Amino acid sequence: MELLTNRAQIVERKPMTFAERIYLPGILKGLSITLGHIFTKRATYSYPKVKRQFSSTFRGLHILNRDEEGRERCTACGLCALACPAEAISMESAERAKGEEHLYREEKYAAKYEINMLRCIFCGLCEEACPKDAIYLTQTFAPSAFKRETFIYKKEDLVLPLDPAKQIAK
Amino acid sequence: MLLAITVSYLLGKAALIGAIVAVSLGLAMYSTWAERKVAAIMQDRVGPQRAGPFGLFQPLADGLKLFMKEEIIPNFANKFLFVLAPGLAMVCALMSSAVIMWAPDYTMADGTVYPFQVADINVGILFVFGIVSLGVYGIMIGGWASNNKYSVMGSMRAASQAISYELPMGLSLLALLMVTGDTSMRTIVQQQDSFLHMNVWKQPLAFIIYLVCAFAELNRAPFDMAECESELVGGYHTEYSSMKLGFFLFSEYINMFISSVIMACLFFGGYHYPGMDWVQAHAPQWVFVATCILATISKGIAFILFIIFVRWTLPRFRYDQLMNLGWKSLIPLALLNLLITCAVILKFFN
Repeated sequence: MELLTNRAQIVERKPMTFAERIYLPGILKGLSITLGHIFTKRATYSYPKVKRQFSSTFRGLHILNRDEEGRERCTACGLCALACPAEAISMESAERAKGEEHLYREEKYAAKYEINMLRCIFCGLCEEACPKDAIYLTQTFAPSAFKRETFIYKKEDLVLPLDPAKQIAK
Repeated sequence: MLLAITVSYLLGKAALIGAIVAVSLGLAMYSTWAERKVAAIMQDRVGPQRAGPFGLFQPLADGLKLFMKEEIIPNFANKFLFVLAPGLAMVCALMSSAVIMWAPDYTMADGTVYPFQVADINVGILFVFGIVSLGVYGIMIGGWASNNKYSVMGSMRAASQAISYELPMGLSLLALLMVTGDTSMRTIVQQQDSFLHMNVWKQPLAFIIYLVCAFAELNRAPFDMAECESELVGGYHTEYSSMKLGFFLFSEYINMFISSVIMACLFFGGYHYPGMDWVQAHAPQWVFVATCILATISKGIAFILFIIFVRWTLPRFRYDQLMNLGWKSLIPLALLNLLITCAVILKFFN
């Protein structure tokens, strides 16, 4: 029968030689290979003491950024919630009052901002969708907890704390 | 002359039996640890590390886990046989340790001689062989009593494997017997009193055949068709949980240890080690006996490590390949070995 492609590999079905039939030379060769592996370096990282470096684009936990003057960038526009394929983000907006100009950039800000880490798939679409560079995925991953409620991260858990932002500005 | 059975005699034997059982159990427990560690090291990873330093408490954790699980007996299973089977496996594993000679006789201060052998019967090898044959019962009864078709299939396969590999084992031991001239384990060990007198030089082919058959009797890779069935589908310990399963698994490791020590006694000189005569002349007797016991146990441990080493290197035999090897390759080879031994003895040693 003519072969239709040229990718066929002919399988050799030769009968076993005497050395192959007594199994022992093959067994000894295998044993020597495994013996060699005893002396190679271990490939295991002893995890809590030694952690692997993540790449710079690793998508971990979210934070809500602040700008150089320490004002929150998030304006509760809802584009991240729209983009999220797992529907993990929910928010409620509020209007900026008179004395709060140093806290929020624009007139609208997020009063409540919740991300359900159990639903989140850490895809980064919210980071791509945000027009204000507000949400950003860092390099930590979600620590384990005992209750489901603990996994719904509120705004306080997410937003960058004030002091480091001021220090970055300096 | 009848054996004088006094209280001191019984107490001495009981102490020896207790010590052997304790040592076997302890060593079998830590050979599970060694298995995981050696497997890991050969696979470029680290084994159990968390339970105690170097994972040394891991076997205790495993034992505790098995105790804590629920005891399930299937509804239509034969209750008596179901509970009997793991016990039978464990008893047969421990019984063959009765004829091993762990050290030379200890002469106590008042002249009584304390042998480090539980029973010096004059058909020692035959006793070992008989106990190995009995070991098949544990598997067969376990599979049958589970009231599960997969279990019966698995146990039939394991039993047929065990039975077919008893024949070449017996034939290779026959050749060994022709060389040693006596079936008593005591004589066999005492004859191998130097490195060059070890039976492995006199009967290398018998040793290889016996080694392969021991792997098959232990249901140990590459002959672990019974175990792999239980990983894949069923096998004789499907329906077992908690400590009954623990007994089945544990009896396999105890069998491994006892078979290793018997192999060391038969082929590698038992309690003899280089420099023995110097120690006997210069050290108190209890030190000498302790070093001999250590030598026996070290040889057993070396074999255990070899068994673990082979398990994590070789792929499994398919069932028909396994049967072919036992009946069509090993039996003719063992018979050939017998013929060659006979010819050599008649020509050179007559």
